[in-house]
Amino acid sequence: MAVLQMQRICICAQKKDRKHILEFLQRRGVIEINDVIPEDSIFQKTDVAVAESLLEKNVASTKEAIEILEGYLQNKKSMLSVLNGRNEVPIEIYDSFSAKHEITLNTAKRIIILKKQIAENKAEILKLQTQEEMLTPWKQLDIPLDFTGTKYTTSFIGILPNTWDLDKIYRVLANQIPLNVDIISASREQTCIFVICTKEKSEEVSEILRGVGFSHPNSGVDEAPSIKLISIKKQISECESSIIEAEKEIKSYEDKLDDLYFLQDYDTMRTEKYEVISHLLQTSKVFVMTGYIPEVETKNIIELLNERFEIAIELEQPDMDEEVPIMFKNNGFSNPLENTVEAFSPPGKGELDPTMVMSLFYYLLFGLMLSDAGYGALIAIGCGVLLVKFKNTLEISMRKTLKMYLFCGISTVFWGIMFGSYFGDIVDIVSESFFGQKITIPPLWFFPVNEPMRMLSFSLLLGLLHLLTGLGMKLYQCMKHKDYKSALYDVVLWFVLLISTVLLLLSMQMVVDILSIDFILPSAVGSISGIFAGLAAIGIVLTNGRESRNPFKRFLKGLYALYGITGYLSDVLSYSRLLALGLATGVIASVINKMAAMVTGGIIGAFFFILIVIGGHTLNIGINALGAYVHTNRLQYVEFFGKFYEGGGRMFNPFSARTKYYKFKEKIKNG
Amino acid sequence: MDSYGIVFALLGAVLAALLSGIGSAIGVGMGGEAAAGVITETPSSFGKVLILQLLPGTQGIYGLLIAFITLSQIGVIGGSAEMSLAKGFLYFCACLPMAIVGYFSAIRQARVSVASIGVVAKKPEQFGKAMIFPAMVETYAILALLVSILAITGVTGLNI
Repeated sequence: MAVLQMQRICICAQKKDRKHILEFLQRRGVIEINDVIPEDSIFQKTDVAVAESLLEKNVASTKEAIEILEGYLQNKKSMLSVLNGRNEVPIEIYDSFSAKHEITLNTAKRIIILKKQIAENKAEILKLQTQEEMLTPWKQLDIPLDFTGTKYTTSFIGILPNTWDLDKIYRVLANQIPLNVDIISASREQTCIFVICTKEKSEEVSEILRGVGFSHPNSGVDEAPSIKLISIKKQISECESSIIEAEKEIKSYEDKLDDLYFLQDYDTMRTEKYEVISHLLQTSKVFVMTGYIPEVETKNIIELLNERFEIAIELEQPDMDEEVPIMFKNNGFSNPLENTVEAFSPPGKGELDPTMVMSLFYYLLFGLMLSDAGYGALIAIGCGVLLVKFKNTLEISMRKTLKMYLFCGISTVFWGIMFGSYFGDIVDIVSESFFGQKITIPPLWFFPVNEPMRMLSFSLLLGLLHLLTGLGMKLYQCMKHKDYKSALYDVVLWFVLLISTVLLLLSMQMVVDILSIDFILPSAVGSISGIFAGLAAIGIVLTNGRESRNPFKRFLKGLYALYGITGYLSDVLSYSRLLALGLATGVIASVINKMAAMVTGGIIGAFFFILIVIGGHTLNIGINALGAYVHTNRLQYVEFFGKFYEGGGRMFNPFSARTKYYKFKEKIKNG
Repeated sequence: MDSYGIVFALLGAVLAALLSGIGSAIGVGMGGEAAAGVITETPSSFGKVLILQLLPGTQGIYGLLIAFITLSQIGVIGGSAEMSLAKGFLYFCACLPMAIVGYFSAIRQARVSVASIGVVAKKPEQFGKAMIFPAMVETYAILALLVSILAITGVTGLNI
């Protein structure tokens, strides 16, 4: 339950060591650079924007090349490959890569050019194909389409709408003889014709043809279509072969893929390094770097730096009012939930890290909502197997997620056994329909379906406990800041009010009846707690408006604060979702089992039984695990955090190698 | 007249499944449209937007749940289907919260989901917060589910 103590670090070293120092720090990834010292006449920042943008361009084009190459190779990446994490690469390879840098970058550029060629050729083919389509009806014509006639004749080459035969055309042009009409091709939509007539009749012929819908084909082809078509075909096949060639060349770079991956990472790291350099204060000989470092790392880092370089390092504690970045430190049981806290907001100044306390309830509530031993076992075993199988290669974030579901799964098994749910009631169904004798595994505690009120009471009780723990966290926080006034007025009074109210309620017959609890508190306890509740309420009214000076305003504010008790009521009732979601899992599971039981009988029946059971339960586990996840988060964020936690901090964002394919981390000694 | 009891009971069960189912279908549909839009830009957000799309889908499940509990309690699934008119009417009433709240909350929740999908499209790291908003709406569907369950199990115990 803690965040790491941060220290301010200031490193001063010679400029000739800059590259090595920065690369070393980048690989260690423990320092967050922030420039607090202003520039002056001696110490100045350098502008590295040009180099940085060049590197960024490299990264972008490498990325594009990788995408293209991967698209052509169609590597079969398995679903589980994400679990394999990044390969770790020793420093020597990193250092020696600079020799290969240029060649690889050229490969990337070449791939992009080839891809462009392919795209251009494809567009060209498309263009040629439209031309071909247009010319196909004219295939028989052995003179150019723009042929207009000879010295004494005029020719018309064009299209008439719909189907025409020779008779019909001659009939239309009967008065203009002598002339010759050829039909080049005819289809239902159009008839391609070639008309030749004497020069003096050309006006009339043109007029008549226009009258029946004659139009010229719009193409700039100055060759005879029959010849042109052949050359188009040739061009298309040329384009196609050049595409194939380009594709072949791209594929030939398969063995360069790893280098490309490396290049992307390499230049990503260099970009980040330049980004840091732009924050350094430099003179002609030395540079100064300032930043935050977790205290646990300092000794190690200083030793290593002193060993390798001539360097001056200063450490100091951050000021009290400084916004230091947050880095969580929790044990293996709780740290899977650091991400969940981070997703809400990292702890703000002076706030506690709630991860540890939250994790206890998180697993508990998740298990209670899913509450099925079979489902829980599936989740836990699945995550467990993956965790063991990919023990060495898993990325940290993935490992945390898997661990979280492992613990959630275990908790689900626990509650499933308590409430006697194993894939719903599959044991009953199978034993009854296949073996003729119904066997029921008795729950360790009770069947929530049969006693929903009891389950509801338990849910609300758990909710009350969760809320009181939240208040307790606030108490602890106030004590830590020595804010005893708030501790007493805002926390202790509420504690008294809430607990005595609950005791008062439990001494009423009506409430006990509703909740179907088998005990009732004696009325003496009720009246005593009533007095306590009254006192606490008065205390709250008098104190909770204490920031106002005006007594009347103060009283009103206090009264409003007391009204906040309705908030507690709705918060507690909100935990009724534990019952609802728990029941939903169980009842839907038994619906599936019942449906499956309808088809039993013979081997085919058994086959369908298994099919329905597997399909149905897969669906149910998916939907209800989602529900459990979402609503556990909600209970934590809204009900629990609402009592004491605001967040607003900033995560520790160290200068490190944020690579995609390879890890360049140095072995970290001493954890 | 007594034979009409079962009619009302069944009507309630059917309404619970029907209205909640319609609501959820509309809701998940709305979410899906928005999610598909996000995927065109950032395919890597698929997992996140899928969860947001599915959130309004739970009402349909709750409706199914109520329908199923009612069906098994009134004896349509296995058992004798005889009950008084009053009892049938009580079952009908017991189903109403889930039917009505399920329908409206699914659609309202879907609208929040769509907005949250918009958040994830721009800031994928804010997924944790974006997910809570639709979950807030779902609270009321859960409360309705609760009342319906309690009412149905309660009615079964009544002797009228």
